[in-house]
Amino acid sequence: MARADTGPSRTPFTWGRLASTAVLVLVAILWLGPYAWMTLTSLRTLPEIVAAPAYPFPRTFQLGAYREVLEAIPVARYLLNTVVMAGLIATLQIALALPAGYALAKLHFTGKRAAFGLVMACLLIPAQVTFVPVYTMLGALGLVNTLGALVLPFGVSALGTFLVRQALLSVPDEVIEAARMDGASEVYIIYGVLGPMLRPTLAALFLFSFVFHYNDYFWPLIMTTDDHVRTLPLAVALLREQGTGVRWHIVMAGNVILSLPVLAVFAAAQRHILRAVTARG
Amino acid sequence: MKPRGRLHPYLMLAPTGALLAVFFLYPLALAAYRSLFSWDLLTPPRYVGLANYDALLRSGELGGAIVRTLVYAGVVVIASMAIGLALAVTLNRPGRVYAFVRGAVFSAYVVSWVAVALLWMWILDADAGLLSTGLRALGLPTTAWLGDPRTALIALAGVSVWKITGYAMVVFLAGLQDIPRSLHEAAALDGAGPWRRFVHVTWPLLRPSAAFVGTTSLILSFQAFDVVRVMTQGGPVRSTTIFVYAIYEQVFMNLRVGRASALTVVFFTLLLALTGVQLWAFRLAAKGTPGEARRGPR
Repeated sequence: MARADTGPSRTPFTWGRLASTAVLVLVAILWLGPYAWMTLTSLRTLPEIVAAPAYPFPRTFQLGAYREVLEAIPVARYLLNTVVMAGLIATLQIALALPAGYALAKLHFTGKRAAFGLVMACLLIPAQVTFVPVYTMLGALGLVNTLGALVLPFGVSALGTFLVRQALLSVPDEVIEAARMDGASEVYIIYGVLGPMLRPTLAALFLFSFVFHYNDYFWPLIMTTDDHVRTLPLAVALLREQGTGVRWHIVMAGNVILSLPVLAVFAAAQRHILRAVTARG
Repeated sequence: MKPRGRLHPYLMLAPTGALLAVFFLYPLALAAYRSLFSWDLLTPPRYVGLANYDALLRSGELGGAIVRTLVYAGVVVIASMAIGLALAVTLNRPGRVYAFVRGAVFSAYVVSWVAVALLWMWILDADAGLLSTGLRALGLPTTAWLGDPRTALIALAGVSVWKITGYAMVVFLAGLQDIPRSLHEAAALDGAGPWRRFVHVTWPLLRPSAAFVGTTSLILSFQAFDVVRVMTQGGPVRSTTIFVYAIYEQVFMNLRVGRASALTVVFFTLLLALTGVQLWAFRLAAKGTPGEARRGPR
């Protein structure tokens, strides 16, 4: 998380400190409470929930809900699909943004302004605008229900290309000239010299993109109907619609399974994710 | 720099250019073209001119979608910014506890919309949900928050506020970090209390951050879909059919690609207008920022 060592915090206003403690407690309840509620519900049994829906604590910690989730949906399969999809998208975006950003930041050529304009224009076109025509396009090509339909439309990130270009602008030309003098190929300069220099930017982009696509519901919902390519968010959302009545302990168990990897990544890499969020655009 | 080979820059840009053309520009043109046809995905498309736009206007579907999207986005943006700013100012303190709570608020922004939507469906459940049970225990009236056309859209907006407040908070925190401490100290020496320091020192310097958060979350709220699809499917009685869900419904439930394309064209035009607002807000915020601390939106 961002450093918090500046600002008015040093001035000892007692009432201010009191107010901020009160806010702290309230915020913790409002934001951590729902997670706790989700986890506790997932550890209960259906009769317990029916008998006392709002009583938070399970009599004993039951893992039955998790067992039912694993029986109802092939969790490992969906998790693999999701991770492969998100990993491919994030990798492709970086692999393509580096050469494009290099050309746009460092090389002189005819049509450079037009190329940059194209990237900037595409920043304004989200998936919510393109999904109808893209769905019919991919349908006509028989690509609906394939990994390609999930990955290719996101293979280029206009934002990622822009951010890589911005980062490369601050790399001195001498670095590239020296590498050329040493006989390095352009491909090596892009991936072997400039890539490592941009590591913080690329790590932030990768994480941001990975988490976004791991979580995405919209695009996989539209592009897939088949189990072998479906992703975990779709499967968890379907848990609520399956079976008789709504068995919230099972839905919450699915929710825990879906959220835990993201929360773990977030806990481990908060700094990188924050950089991607606050430095966007 | 001079490229080594004349063709090198074009080769480096080729994959990016190709994918942008195929998945961004061409679909946009295709949507505009298809909006002039009636097509159910099964029989061949039939040219109908502007009939799709006309029908969307006359049926009130377009107006309804715009109004509902504006209400949803308005509530989400204003509430998440106000709460995010308040949290940024109060939680901008050193210490592990504060860092942990800031992380907790922001974590909701990182978790999937599906997980957040399902979790809140359970909390908002009319019979057994935490909110209804709590209100009943206090002897207060309750309702089916997601099943009542008067409350469903606001309930969705509330859930979205819970999810994205962490985003606003984080951007405001980054803005606060950039304010030189000497400014606060000088204001304190001049006898300014916390409130006056906030109004005269903190807020003017946070205006670029505010312009950035406000416009980005406005554009993102216009694109909301997951929360509607999971929680209400546009209902009850279409009260939560916001823009993207309306497009989705036309294609996947009504099999009307022409109508969906016409909606897409209008939607894109609205997003362009919002981007115009964004640029205007950035300029305004930069103009209002005093002295040397002036900087572009982050």
